[in-house]
Amino acid sequence: MPVARTGSIKPYLFILPAFILFAIFSVYPFYLLTHTSLFEWDGISVTKQFVGLSNYWNVLVHDPVFWTSFWQAGYITVLALTFQNALALVLAMAVNRNLTGGGLYRTLFFLPPILSEIVVGLIWFWIYDGNFGIFNALLSRMGLGAWTRPWLADPRTALTAVAIIHMWKGFGWGFVMFLAGLQTIPEELYEAARVDGANAWERFWRITIPLLLPVCVVVSILTILGTMQIFGLIIATTNGGPGYHTEVPITRIFSSMLGSSRFGYACAQGIVFGLTLLFFSLLQMKFQRKST
Amino acid sequence: MTKAAVSVTLFTQRARQWVGELGWHLFCLPIALTCVFPLVWMLSSSLKTQQTVFTDYRIIPVTPHFENYLRAWVQGRFGTYFLNSLLYTLIVVVGVVGMAALAAYAFSRFKFKGSGVLYKILLSTMLIPIPGSFVALYILLNQMGLIDQGSGQWMARMGYILPQINGGLPFGVFILKPFFDGIPKELEESAEVDGCGVLGVFWHIMLPLARPALGVVALLTSLSAWNEFLLAYLVFSRHELMPLQRGLLAFHGAHLTEYPLLMAGMVISIVPIVVIYLVMQRNIIKGITAGALKG
Repeated sequence: MPVARTGSIKPYLFILPAFILFAIFSVYPFYLLTHTSLFEWDGISVTKQFVGLSNYWNVLVHDPVFWTSFWQAGYITVLALTFQNALALVLAMAVNRNLTGGGLYRTLFFLPPILSEIVVGLIWFWIYDGNFGIFNALLSRMGLGAWTRPWLADPRTALTAVAIIHMWKGFGWGFVMFLAGLQTIPEELYEAARVDGANAWERFWRITIPLLLPVCVVVSILTILGTMQIFGLIIATTNGGPGYHTEVPITRIFSSMLGSSRFGYACAQGIVFGLTLLFFSLLQMKFQRKST
Repeated sequence: MTKAAVSVTLFTQRARQWVGELGWHLFCLPIALTCVFPLVWMLSSSLKTQQTVFTDYRIIPVTPHFENYLRAWVQGRFGTYFLNSLLYTLIVVVGVVGMAALAAYAFSRFKFKGSGVLYKILLSTMLIPIPGSFVALYILLNQMGLIDQGSGQWMARMGYILPQINGGLPFGVFILKPFFDGIPKELEESAEVDGCGVLGVFWHIMLPLARPALGVVALLTSLSAWNEFLLAYLVFSRHELMPLQRGLLAFHGAHLTEYPLLMAGMVISIVPIVVIYLVMQRNIIKGITAGALKG
């Protein structure tokens, strides 16, 4: 075995390419982010004006739209956590019962997750279209013509319409995660419970849920992180509109940077948002450590 | 129990199972259909004309206009976007697999000063979200001249490729290191005796043995590289450098009314990943669940 003598530089040569990139594109930007957040800077000028923590103060106190965007991403997240993950779990349980055609179902459910957010957004943009969309055409044909509307352009429905696209794209991912978790539960446990007279409901709450809890925690946390940082779908469908009705934190950070050229402010927004998400990441690591 | 009674209970049991199965299908089937319907609709619309697409709701158009694909490929520039995506994906995959394999091998086989800490720092980037990092990345790429602003085309291409390789490394190391750990060390020892150097052992023994894990890393990296768009949004302004996802947005913004061509462009953009998915779905799903559940 190639034992490295103490002080040998061989192992460092092996990790060097990876860590050069890591230093330039992960570590240094992290420093740039915190550093720039203390300045007022338009991204072009040679000089930056030091403003201390005032960018942070403005994010926290004087930026209601940013917090609106926060709650709107939160709304989509709550829908994803409940409806999307519940659907994913039920479907996983169905396929786990050796349902005929289970393999086909798995193939189809996981189709939306492998598509890009742009493609998914653009397909649904046309499905939801007010004049020519297939969704309105279906409603009209079902005699619900009164309900038709430009779903993504109507302030009352835009956010929920985006949330539905997001859940459509995401449930298949939760499904494969739950299915992987379910397949680790030994069938004998259910047999034994059946012999002891436990009904389906009891078996679900006493066996499936407790043993699936670690997977549930991972899926929930990743759903929160993924949904709060939703961006591509918004860009491809509403671009934050109508008004600010589908703005989310990342679109706000984006327009602070490229829209109003306030780079320092964009960095502060990113850090405030990042710290909030970090809280959930730490929660995930804690739970995972406990479960393994 | 009489023979008749037994067969009756067996029958009711079968019937109950059958009804249960039917119930599950009634629940699963509509959902499965909603997963494919938008894609079928996209394919169908891509074969219609600007006039019929809004009036003809038939799935199979009366006269399919296959020439839409030629027009999307040439006039819609989707040919350029497609080849760009192919190029970027290829380089990113080779970069991630190569660098991650080297690093994972070092972490697996050598004990060196700081190895534990470096490994943890690298993997922590998979768990710590830095949602504003694209702002800093933009500033950095700008400083390095890697943003597409009329400079040489390879500068901008590198500005798109390098951060993606970096982004894929933690996952690659995370998958490959445990795999190297599981390969018995005796193989390398005998190769050493035969006069192989460290690099020789790595190249001739370890890489071929790690092929399944390398394949999973390559698969998942290519999926995410093909679907990447945020960085493309930041970096590119010239059409001839854009990958598909960025090109789709550009086309959508410029030709809001060229519906069938947009749909044809989207079909072009998803064909490679759908084909790869259908062939390799087991490995893709295994990689994704392993990445999330073993963390």
